Formats: sequence, C-alpha cells, structure tokens
Amino acid sequence: MKRREFLKTSLMFVSGASVSLGALEFFDVREVLAAHPEVRWGFLVDTYKCVGCGFCVKACKTENEIPFEANVTRTWVERYVTLNDGRVLADSPKGARDGFTTSKIDRASEGFEDVPQDEISQAFFVPKLCNQCDNPPCVQVCPVGATYQADDGVVLVDRKWCIGCGYCIMGCPYGARFFNPVTHVADKCNFCYHRITKGLNTACAQACPFGARQVGNLKDPDDPITKILLTQRVGILKDEFGTKPQVLYIGLNKEVR
Amino acid sequence: MVHGELWTIKELFVLPNEYIYWSIQIVMYPYMTGLVAGAFVLSSLYHVFNVESLKNIARFALVFSFALLPVAMMPLMLHLQQPLRGVHVLMTPHFTSAISAFGIVFLGYGFIVAAEIWFVYRTYIVRNIVRLREKVDRSAGETLLLTIHKIIALGAYDLSEKAVAADHKAVRLLATIGIPVACFLHGYAGFIFGSVKANALWMTPLMPVIFICSAIVSGIALCILSYAVFMEIRKMIAKRSQPGPGQIAELRSIEKHEVHSTARYLLLFMTLAITLELLDVIFRGYTAVKSWDIIREVIYNKDFVKIFIFQYGIGNVLPFILLLLPRLSTRRACLACLLVLFGVFMMRWNVVIGGQAFSLTFAGFMEYHMPVIPTSMETFKEGLTGAVSVAITPFILFYFLNKIFPAFIRDEKH
Ligand code: SF4
Ligand code: SF4
Repeated sequence: MKRREFLKTSLMFVSGASVSLGALEFFDVREVLAAHPEVRWGFLVDTYKCVGCGFCVKACKTENEIPFEANVTRTWVERYVTLNDGRVLADSPKGARDGFTTSKIDRASEGFEDVPQDEISQAFFVPKLCNQCDNPPCVQVCPVGATYQADDGVVLVDRKWCIGCGYCIMGCPYGARFFNPVTHVADKCNFCYHRITKGLNTACAQACPFGARQVGNLKDPDDPITKILLTQRVGILKDEFGTKPQVLYIGLNKEVR
Repeated sequence: MVHGELWTIKELFVLPNEYIYWSIQIVMYPYMTGLVAGAFVLSSLYHVFNVESLKNIARFALVFSFALLPVAMMPLMLHLQQPLRGVHVLMTPHFTSAISAFGIVFLGYGFIVAAEIWFVYRTYIVRNIVRLREKVDRSAGETLLLTIHKIIALGAYDLSEKAVAADHKAVRLLATIGIPVACFLHGYAGFIFGSVKANALWMTPLMPVIFICSAIVSGIALCILSYAVFMEIRKMIAKRSQPGPGQIAELRSIEKHEVHSTARYLLLFMTLAITLELLDVIFRGYTAVKSWDIIREVIYNKDFVKIFIFQYGIGNVLPFILLLLPRLSTRRACLACLLVLFGVFMMRWNVVIGGQAFSLTFAGFMEYHMPVIPTSMETFKEGLTGAVSVAITPFILFYFLNKIFPAFIRDEKH
C-alpha cells in the first residue's frame, strides 16, 4: 500500500471512529490530517474590510510569543495613501501593532509626513503575512533543511535545527521572515499551525472584528474561502517571482508592493 | 533588540521585518574566499603553464593560499546566529541550497591544496629530516619541527630520481585540477548571491563570473604585496647577518623580476573583471526592468561615492594606470596592489551591503552603520573588530605554516 493510500484509509478509520484503540496510539488525528493530500491551507484577505486597527497583529504577537516590543512581526498591516498628484505613500509603523492612530505617514528616518486630507484620492489597508508559497524560495535555500514544507502546504521552521544563517530571510520576496529575538533562529507566520491542525481558527483571523482575514482548506469545495475564490476576482502578491503564494487578496491594486 | 536593528537605518517605506541581515562578515566571506582562489590560480600559472618567471612567487602563493583556506570559513561561522550548529550543514546538506554545497566544495579544494603542498615540499621535508636527525645539538624548535616533518612525511622517504619525477607529475596534475576547483569554489560563492531571486541587485547569472574574476585579481594583488613585504623583511635580515652587498642585490633583483611579471597577469585579469562589472551595469540600464528604478537610485545616488569613487576610481582606474606607466618600481606596484585590494573589497561591499540597501517594497532604503566599538558579542562579530580579526588571521597562520613549509626556499625545481 502506498503511503498516501495508507494515510487516507487511516484517516477514514480515525474520522469514522470505527477503529481499535491500538491503532489510535499510532495515528494522531492531527498528524494524519496534516499529511493528508486533501488538505491545502490557504488564506483569504479582504482589503475592503480591513480598517487598520491592528488587532490581528497584537493577537499574533501574543499567540506566537513574539516579544511585543520587538520590531519584528509575523503579520503586519500596510497603509497606502494615493494623493491627487499621483504620489503613493505607504507605511506600517511597528507593523501596525497599535493600529493607525494618526493620519501622518511614517517615513522612517525622515520622520512623519503630514498629508492634507483634501489631497488624498484613495487610501486603504493591506494585511500581510507569510504566503506559504507552493514554490517557497525559503525552503529551497535553507542549507540544512530547517525550513520545510508540510504536505498540507504550510511552510514550517524547525527551531532546533536552524543555524541562523539568514539565507531564507534573504530569499523571501515578501519580507515575511525575521530572526526571533528570543530563540535566535529564523521565524515567520505558520498560519497558527498548532491551532488550524486542531480545527481552530488562526489567532489573527479570530481577532479581526471585521472578518478581513480567513483561513481555509483550498482543496475543499465547500470551504467558505474556496467558494469565494471560485466566484470572485482575487489577486496575489509579486506573481513575477513564481513562488505561487497561497495568500489571496480581494481588492488588491497595483500600488501594493 | 532585534538582530540587525542596531546597525540598520531605515528610510521611507521599508517593511517591518527588513533589516541589513547580511553585514560585514558576509562581505568578508567572498573577499577571503576570493583571496584563496586567486592565490591558488597564481601558483598554478607556474605549475601548469610553466610560466618560468613566476617560479618564486608561485611557491609562496601556494603556501599562502593554504594559510588563507581556513579563514574562508571564519566569517560564515562568525555570522551565524547559532554558530554551534554550523556542523549541521555537513550533517544534513540540503542540496537545493547553494550554501550547503560549500562544505563539500571547500573540503575538496582544501584537500587538493594540501596534497599539492605535500608533493611540492616532500623532497625538502625528507632532506630536512635527514639533516636534523644528524644534528647533535638540536634546539627545542628544531626538535618540534623534526617531529612535525616526520609525521607529515607519511613515511615517504624515497628521494630517487624516479620518485621525485613522480612528485613533479603529481604537483602538475593537482595544480591542473585545482584551477577549475578554485574557480568553482569562488564562482559558487557568487552563485549564493546570484541565485537569490528576491534580491533585484544580486539576481544575475553574471554574478559567479564577476566573482571569479575579481577573486583572481585580489588574490594576485595580495600575493604581490605580501611577497614584496616578506622580501623586504628578508633583505633586512640579510643586511643584519652578513652585510655584504651581494646577497641583498640578488634578493632585490629576484623581487623586482617576480613583481614585474606578476603585475602583467594582474593587469590582464583586471581588464576582464572591470569589463564584466560594467557589462552588468550597462545591461541592467539597457533592459531597465521593474527593479531598475530603485537600483539606479542606489548606484547613481545613494552609493555613488562607494561605487564610482572608491570601487572604480581608486580601486580600479588608478591602480590600472599605476601598473601601466613605464618603469614600474616595486614600490609603485605595491601601492597599486594595495589599491586593487581595496577596490575588490569595495566591490564585495557594494554587492552585499548595496544589495540590501533598498527595501523589497522598492520604495524605501536601508543603510548599514558598521559597529566600530564592540559593546556586545553581536557588535563584536558583525562590526569592525570581527572583520579585522578575520583579516589578520591568515597572516598569523602563514607565520606558522612558513616554519613547516618555507615559502622562500629556492634550491629545488618547484
Ligand atoms: S512568503 Fe516567504 S517565508 Fe513564506 S513561504 Fe513564501 S518565501 Fe517562504
Ligand atoms: S536561517 Fe535557519 S531556516 Fe533560514 S535558511 Fe538559515 S538555517 Fe534555514
């Protein structure tokens, strides 16, 4: 029996609960689910719904133990402001951990730029996170295989094996990765793997009061996010890199980098 | 504080997780590896192509490249966030990664250089063992040297004509294999950068070739320079021990001859290196893909001084002229070599740090402020002090290696 079939059958057994207790010792439901080819985790971001409150960023930091004060984050929200003269300004102060509390734009070392309200032609927020690419450059470049992709598509980091070379950080076109200041190894969003594999929602999606974030199984035609994907126009970030990202956006426009 | 935050200055729109993660040690890494490869290629010019005029400097270059070898590993180790786990690269090589092949290529190359040195010095070692054995009043140093030589002689004491001829053949063979391996070692250091598709400045198939050429340039320049310095020291010693003018004049003439002929090769490789680097810039401007806007901003604006004044001006054009002008003196050649070394260092800097100077958003910039005074392990490793420690190590190693394999003996054929 092939491994895949083996797991499929065992999944059926497990889910059907018609299995002896002895077999349960060998097969953890979560593990089987993770290895099951019928699962491909995906993420849907609706930029029309995001208001830039930063609750998701806060929730993520707490859930995943990324020091609150540290200037790195697994997910962040960007603000884009287009002016009447065509200029596009964007920022994400502290990853929008505290939300956008001022209309001034953070220009890093240049300070804050005040934009007159009547000159703004368009403004919107774009939440970002690891894209769990189908062709992840971070996995490709890791010299020790510490970054790897699970069968359900999620890209994970083995904290005990990472040597901290930073090659994966350089390889990610989305700036999703960073060095965790506590563990001193590469870190990034993993779709709250410890939660989704238990059937729970991700911390960020749960914290979002407006439903701008949703995680789901792209292989399941009945999943709410799959239904949206089938009926609406969605976009992805930086298609030109061929990384095949699995975070999909509603209402993306060309200013978003 | 987050890794990188200490020395990164952000400007305009930069993503929250972006920092200069690859700092000075990753500049030192291709620089030191380049010197190893360059020194080896220089020594092979004599062994493989029989360039008689390079005879003396070739042996020096070989020993020196051996001293440089372990140092190519040092910056990588100093840069790792988990240095104790560095060995994982050899335990679980992940072959889609360019870095993981490093250990293997590096060990293979190290083996070739070690074997070549062994064959070159075998006759000398055996003679030395015989000489020291007969000596009655051996100093402690001599006894130690005798023990070391006895161990590395590996029991091969045969000095018959046939055996020595076989040595020469082996040297030649190893030097021949060594050239492509040295080029590969370094070309592939270029590949580590060139294959990062997320980085608009690095992403070019020219990167490995550009790296090889500048590596050879820097290796040759370093050999000329250190050769001249060591010859100077030897002249001083000769002057003190036997003040007759004969030996000093002889030393001077050898030095002049070697420096002259090596400088010609330096010019050749410099032309190649500069052409390729310019080709890269011209090509980017000509094709002007999406990333060109920000790359142009970095090249012509942010890093203008570092690229056009330091790297091309002081590091390339000036030494080029110095070497081309007639009646090249050793002193002028040394000055030119010093500038060349500086130029190649700046080239590495501009690639590694320059490649991180712009954000993935293509809308913001980052600047690396190298820590000068170490206040923590991190600022020691990834600052000036770390770089300097890496830079001086090969000279310390060479000092000891030179005792075992004297780089300046000139009685035998090799
Ligand atoms: S977004 Fe970056 S970290 Fe995430 S899978 Fe893709 S390359 Fe890897
Ligand atoms: S930092 Fe860690 S996970 Fe990233 S490439 Fe290096 S070893 Fe792999």
